[in-house]
Amino acid sequence: MRFVDEYRDEAAARKYVELIGRTVTRPWTLMEICGGQTHTFIKSGVDRLLPASLTLVHGPGCPVCVTPLESIDRALAIAARPGVIFTSFGDMLRVPGSTTDLLGVKARGGDVRMVYSPLDAVKLAQKHPEREVVFFAVGFETTAPANAMAVWQAEKLGLGNFSILCSHVLVPPAMEAILGSPASRVQGFLAAGHVCAVMGYREYEPIAARHRVPIVVTGFEPLDLLQGVYLAVRALEEGRAGVENQYARVVTREGNRPAQALMKQVFEVCDRAWRGIGVIPASGYALRPAYARFDAGKRFDVGAITAQESPLCIAGQIMQGLRKPHDCPAFGALCTPEHPLGAPMVSSEGACAAYHQYARTP
Amino acid sequence: MSDAQLPPAGLPGLQCPIPRSEYPQVTLAHGGGGRLTHALIERMFLAAFRNPALEPLHDGAVLEVPAGRLALSTDSYVVSPLFFPGGDIGSLAVHGTVNDLAMCGAQPLALTAGFVLEEGLPMDDLWRIVRSMARAAKDAGVNIVTGDTKVVDRGKGDGVFINTTGIGIVPEGVHIAPARARPGDRVLLSGRIADHGVAILSVREGLSFETTIESDSAALNGLVGALLGALGERVHVLRDPTRGGMASAVNEIAASAKVGLRLEERAIPLAEQVRGACEILGLDPLYVANEGKCLAIVAPGAAEQALALLRAHPLGREAALIGEVVADHPGRVMMRSRVGGTRIVDMLSGEQLPRIC
Repeated sequence: MRFVDEYRDEAAARKYVELIGRTVTRPWTLMEICGGQTHTFIKSGVDRLLPASLTLVHGPGCPVCVTPLESIDRALAIAARPGVIFTSFGDMLRVPGSTTDLLGVKARGGDVRMVYSPLDAVKLAQKHPEREVVFFAVGFETTAPANAMAVWQAEKLGLGNFSILCSHVLVPPAMEAILGSPASRVQGFLAAGHVCAVMGYREYEPIAARHRVPIVVTGFEPLDLLQGVYLAVRALEEGRAGVENQYARVVTREGNRPAQALMKQVFEVCDRAWRGIGVIPASGYALRPAYARFDAGKRFDVGAITAQESPLCIAGQIMQGLRKPHDCPAFGALCTPEHPLGAPMVSSEGACAAYHQYARTP
Repeated sequence: MSDAQLPPAGLPGLQCPIPRSEYPQVTLAHGGGGRLTHALIERMFLAAFRNPALEPLHDGAVLEVPAGRLALSTDSYVVSPLFFPGGDIGSLAVHGTVNDLAMCGAQPLALTAGFVLEEGLPMDDLWRIVRSMARAAKDAGVNIVTGDTKVVDRGKGDGVFINTTGIGIVPEGVHIAPARARPGDRVLLSGRIADHGVAILSVREGLSFETTIESDSAALNGLVGALLGALGERVHVLRDPTRGGMASAVNEIAASAKVGLRLEERAIPLAEQVRGACEILGLDPLYVANEGKCLAIVAPGAAEQALALLRAHPLGREAALIGEVVADHPGRVMMRSRVGGTRIVDMLSGEQLPRIC
């Protein structure tokens, strides 16, 4: 298949593995930002072809994993209300809140529907003027343009029954937070290619300069990852910091400007709590006051939410690259995809889910 | 076959036997046991399924049974939408149970059909489904010999649910069981995976995408008969990887026989369109359903002949040797990925849900 097979070619992969082996002279720790990249590593098994002195730690780039428990509990409360059609990406349906998940609310009679695009939720609102349609707007800069478009369209259509529960997060502030932590061992990053497709990579240049780290904008196929690792270790070995773009077939320095303009029109930057990590300043998007009527958080009074996280779950440390899933005493025992304690065990981009599904042992 | 073509001899006609002017839709009375129920049974079900065992319309069917061991299997069919590219709930309900019998090494003898109809189901839709069942049963060489009909209130069903139960005869010298997989055995697959699941997804509300992918729904008793006829005891395991896909089927075999399985990703047949759809939706085709494919685990010396036999059958043209049974890692399935890494293929947990980005 074109645009896929080229990036899974065994001979080319072997060549990059050899090249990395020849380049690495001492131990390095790299973090891949995006959970999609983590899954490709583990699923294709290419991480096991890398030199043992190279450590990969898995970043926070799993949208449903970092969505705070309070937001999920709020979503569950809204979804359970009569008259509401609660729409969400499929990935979010199994993520545990304090007591249940969205599928649990559906089983108890809530109208919870999986959509593939927020624009489908807008269509639902048009089709059901007598119902309140709420979309759970989570994700990084990747999903923000489509979510902004949904709100923009709802406004143009004059829809009074559409709103979003907004819990958007941004990658650069999280990278800064990880680099600023004294416990951090990350020496270089594979940046999330699709986030950069929207935002470009200009905003990563000051981070690379300030913290003296190489940041390689990287794609999601096995060869993308191997090439990204190669570029990162080559920069580390040569003592270079800065941004390199492995994913040039998709990403430009400036990114997708019309998308950025729409996001800026609909959203403003806010402080945001990250599940398991805590509040990171200026790390999220909220609706601008001009679009406040589309804010489900304001439209539905669900009372005070007091969220109770499992004391056993170490998801926050995993997503900051401080520990790995199998370092968690609950992993695979008390915490499984059937009975998750934390979100990374159920998301298709969660590191714990990848380790569990492909049965990784230390 | 399209509806525009004439049905072959012995198959019910296109025209719904219960005219639209009479009852355009199924009503609660059609399940009440009275006149309307009888009209439905005689004019629709008997007309479509007619055979000597069904004809008396007694409480049950009485069958002549040849010598051998009896295989028995049951399955209920719920699918949305009822009609999908390459099939419908009717053909699926016949193929599914015929295949379950075939995977026991049995040649199917007779089927039962239980219908749970939702009030308001268009009579024309029911006729289309019943005709499709009749055609599928005829093609598979099996009779529908007894049945049942119930009607539930509107909103309490999804149009129609069908249960089929089948019996079949396992010939002498055939011993099929998952536990018979032995180290050294070869793993064969009768064709491309994931067609059915992707065909269904392509017509689901909210996700229609343009494709020519059709469900692979088909009766495998002919294919399996050819394999068993020539190889007998040397066929150790048969499995149709339906719900949960191929990954679940191979895991069940590995667990049951306490052996390891080693697969080669590159060797697993997969249509380009299906692969593309799975890439876009973030689904792993190994976990996507099939309704007309068969996994066969055969003795090492029989692999080449088995492959030739499968490929000689119209339903096995793209059959492939995809792996082997090993003594290492009992209960676990390992797969060499296209790019040269190794991964574990585990059971699916819950449903595959499309990812966010």
